Amino acid sequence: MPGAVLDRTIWAGVVVTEGGSRYQGVGMDVQSGPVEAGEENLVDRLRAGDGAAFTRIVRGWSPAMIKVARQYVASHASAEEAVQETWLAVIKGIDRFQGRSSLRTWVFHILANIARRQGTNESRTLPTPPVEDADSGPSVDPNRFRPVGDRWVGGWRAEAAPRSWGPESATLNAEARVVLTAALAELPQRQRMVVELRDVHGLPADEVCDILALSPANQRVLLHRARAKLREQLETYYTGPNEQAVRP
Amino acid sequence: MTGDYLPCAHVVELLTDYLEGALDPVTTARVDAHLFDCEPCTTYLAQLRTTIIELGTLPEPTLPADTVNALEEAFRDLHSRHGH
Repeated sequence: MPGAVLDRTIWAGVVVTEGGSRYQGVGMDVQSGPVEAGEENLVDRLRAGDGAAFTRIVRGWSPAMIKVARQYVASHASAEEAVQETWLAVIKGIDRFQGRSSLRTWVFHILANIARRQGTNESRTLPTPPVEDADSGPSVDPNRFRPVGDRWVGGWRAEAAPRSWGPESATLNAEARVVLTAALAELPQRQRMVVELRDVHGLPADEVCDILALSPANQRVLLHRARAKLREQLETYYTGPNEQAVRP
Repeated sequence: MTGDYLPCAHVVELLTDYLEGALDPVTTARVDAHLFDCEPCTTYLAQLRTTIIELGTLPEPTLPADTVNALEEAFRDLHSRHGH
């Protein structure tokens, strides 16, 4: 249990660091820390006309907003438009924000409405999210584990067990990041949205559930499957395809 | 081994729930115990973490600078009109 609690804290930390560091290069006010901390304060600052606070959330949240909007509209440019329109609505409507949800959740709700309407105008037919086969079944090839009848059934087979990615594996090299980016684009849509909002953009689980209308358990399933697939692609890059796994 | 043995094939499916703190205390303890003496699963978890951390560093398209400037201006305009 302490392990899990600690992990959670670390992950929260990672998210915060990411959000803070991502825009350092463009003269952002990162010193004031994560947007999530002192949210009331943030709303007050926006209402008071604090331009720096506004710039901070525009820069911080827009990339994830573009991703979400892109689900509803036909092009990246349309998604940008929807995000821009959302921010204008937020500027005008901030006095009406009642704090029943987080500010960010409220912003994403406005965005979904605007993008949906825009998508309808573009007569974009929304793909009904299929129940993806990829959402069920094991996330690791079962052939990598010892079969029924083995004393250690379900344990890694020695030849197929994960191997270290080498001394530099704590951070990936540039080529591996290209592999990761490509693997991300290949994921089934729902898995990709969840992992992008959670791990690429650092949104917390409850907000992702709300934005994508997922139950917490379903959100974790999609997230896990996405992460497992991405890890596997990196594994293939670093150690080659696991031949023992394909030839049981 | 006791009936408590959690096979690796099962552990790898629990790791996101484990990282999210979504497992019940008993299962969390079983995963902890498994990881304590299973090197391949520990490696798997470390690689999952590397994957997660790297995802957080990928460049993501944001609004064009012109659009951000226009929004900042709209924000200032509204507030100057309100007399702030």
